[in-house]
Amino acid sequence: MNTDVIIPGRYLVSIDPAELATHAFEPLGEEVQRRLLASKVVVAGRNFGCGSAREQAATALTGAGIQAVVAGSFARVFFRNAINTGLIAVECPEAAAAARDGDVVTVDYAAGRVEVNGTSYAFAPYPAGLQAILEAGGLLPYLQSMDGGAA
Amino acid sequence: MSAPRTFAQKVLERTSGSSGLKPGDIVDAYPDLYMSHVASWRCIKTLEKMPGRTLYAPDRIAMVMDHLSPAQSSRTAAHHQLCRAFAQEHGIEKFWDVNAGIAHLVLMENGHILPGNLIIGTDSHSTIYGALGAFGTGVGFSEITATWVTGKLWMKVPESIKIVVDGPLPAGVYPKDVMLRLIGQLGADGGTYCSLEFHGAWAEGLSISERSTLCNLSMEMGAKNAVVPTDKVTEAYLSERGIAADAYDPSLPDPDAEYRETVEIDGRQLVPQVACPHTVDNVQPIDAVAGTELDQVFIGSCANAKYDDLAEAASILKGRTIDSRVRLIVTPGSRQILTRAVNDGIIATLLDAGALITNPGCGACAGDGGVMADGERTLSTANRNFRGRMGSYDAEIFLASPATAAASALTGRITDPREFVRSGERVEAAV
Repeated sequence: MNTDVIIPGRYLVSIDPAELATHAFEPLGEEVQRRLLASKVVVAGRNFGCGSAREQAATALTGAGIQAVVAGSFARVFFRNAINTGLIAVECPEAAAAARDGDVVTVDYAAGRVEVNGTSYAFAPYPAGLQAILEAGGLLPYLQSMDGGAA
Repeated sequence: MSAPRTFAQKVLERTSGSSGLKPGDIVDAYPDLYMSHVASWRCIKTLEKMPGRTLYAPDRIAMVMDHLSPAQSSRTAAHHQLCRAFAQEHGIEKFWDVNAGIAHLVLMENGHILPGNLIIGTDSHSTIYGALGAFGTGVGFSEITATWVTGKLWMKVPESIKIVVDGPLPAGVYPKDVMLRLIGQLGADGGTYCSLEFHGAWAEGLSISERSTLCNLSMEMGAKNAVVPTDKVTEAYLSERGIAADAYDPSLPDPDAEYRETVEIDGRQLVPQVACPHTVDNVQPIDAVAGTELDQVFIGSCANAKYDDLAEAASILKGRTIDSRVRLIVTPGSRQILTRAVNDGIIATLLDAGALITNPGCGACAGDGGVMADGERTLSTANRNFRGRMGSYDAEIFLASPATAAASALTGRITDPREFVRSGERVEAAV
């Protein structure tokens, strides 16, 4: 699942999460887009978010109401962009492989645990610095909270 | 005596003021340059949300208007306008407007990239800076904005992979083919989070332009950065731009540094390679796809629109005419490249063959002009063939070398360039 499928380049003239969300997963068709908007978690395979450095790949998902992506693995820039925009990105191949359409997936990132239909899977918790960024809601809120935004 | 270190360890130790770093360690690093291209306006808008903040180092900010350039909509024009005003207000001297070309090539040509530098950019192909011995890596625009004000960002020390290619390559086979082969072999995540180092006599014999194709395409394996260690070729390139060897620290990897693995590729038997739709690691030898009908051929992008790429294409197209069924779009990588290609007749050769020459920049690679209708196919010299990247979601992109592109433009079908390249003939390489 590459960045051009998550949010096509033609829409990068926007940084508004709501506007971006209307085009998230557009190349995959309307049915997939409808399901995205009805979900809070995206479950994916290997190398999720490979390709472009576009931060809007993460923002388009948060704009669509997605709170976490559980994947077999992530491309590195997408992973950074996810943390920096407050999107939980969990690398857990076992949980990703176990999940099916319609399953209930619960993520407790502080504890390092994903539940799929009641079965629990562990993942390595984030380093403390990354967790602090995520808890602040992203990199910029984190920076502002660190020193109150003083110059 | 300290333990032997890779290139990545040395650069991240220097820029974070630490020592003894191991892969997996997380540091706060202070990059030497922060590049933002089309994303610059997003950085400025983000900065506006942090009132009272000042810039840590305006001389480390580089902005290049390369995508969506010149502006095709009033929305894009307003973005460019915002960037110009910001550069003026804050004294950003490394501001390059719509006439300059692709950010990566412009910064390299103009001496803004030095060996051993740590460079972050709002573009995944920032790995290209390893062609000049620098550590280049892509980040999102919020991180660039954060670095504008703090001067630093968190980085994980990567593991390193050593890549050794046995040369020379046969006539009609190029660094692009080597990289496509490597990506096909290792996969789109084969180098994720890793620092790729190109070692050995073959890489040492390449020009900076050819090295930039290696480091650029390394991103398509997920690499964090890629590098050809600084040597006489790097020094000569910089010396031509008035930069002496004592102006930088090349951070050469130690001979006995630790690598996750060593990948060896036999280039001597390699044939031209083609990445097929819709992933860059879907790579086939040219025989498997030769004859596929095309609607468009694109020679452009930060991967393969340098001077020698245009010259290689021109050497095949000289005195010939492209097939009437295809459109050939040539987008030189930068104004310097275009100027040189105009002055020595390469552009005239391409025009005579039937090519459309566009302004320097990212162009069709980013779906910026030269897009496709439903059901169409393009063979491109770019670095990415994702669905919908060049127009319709129902169109296909194949990736190959400039020589394969030129040969295919002549026939209207994917064509083996070795039919057109005379043995032993090699275009003088330069950016």
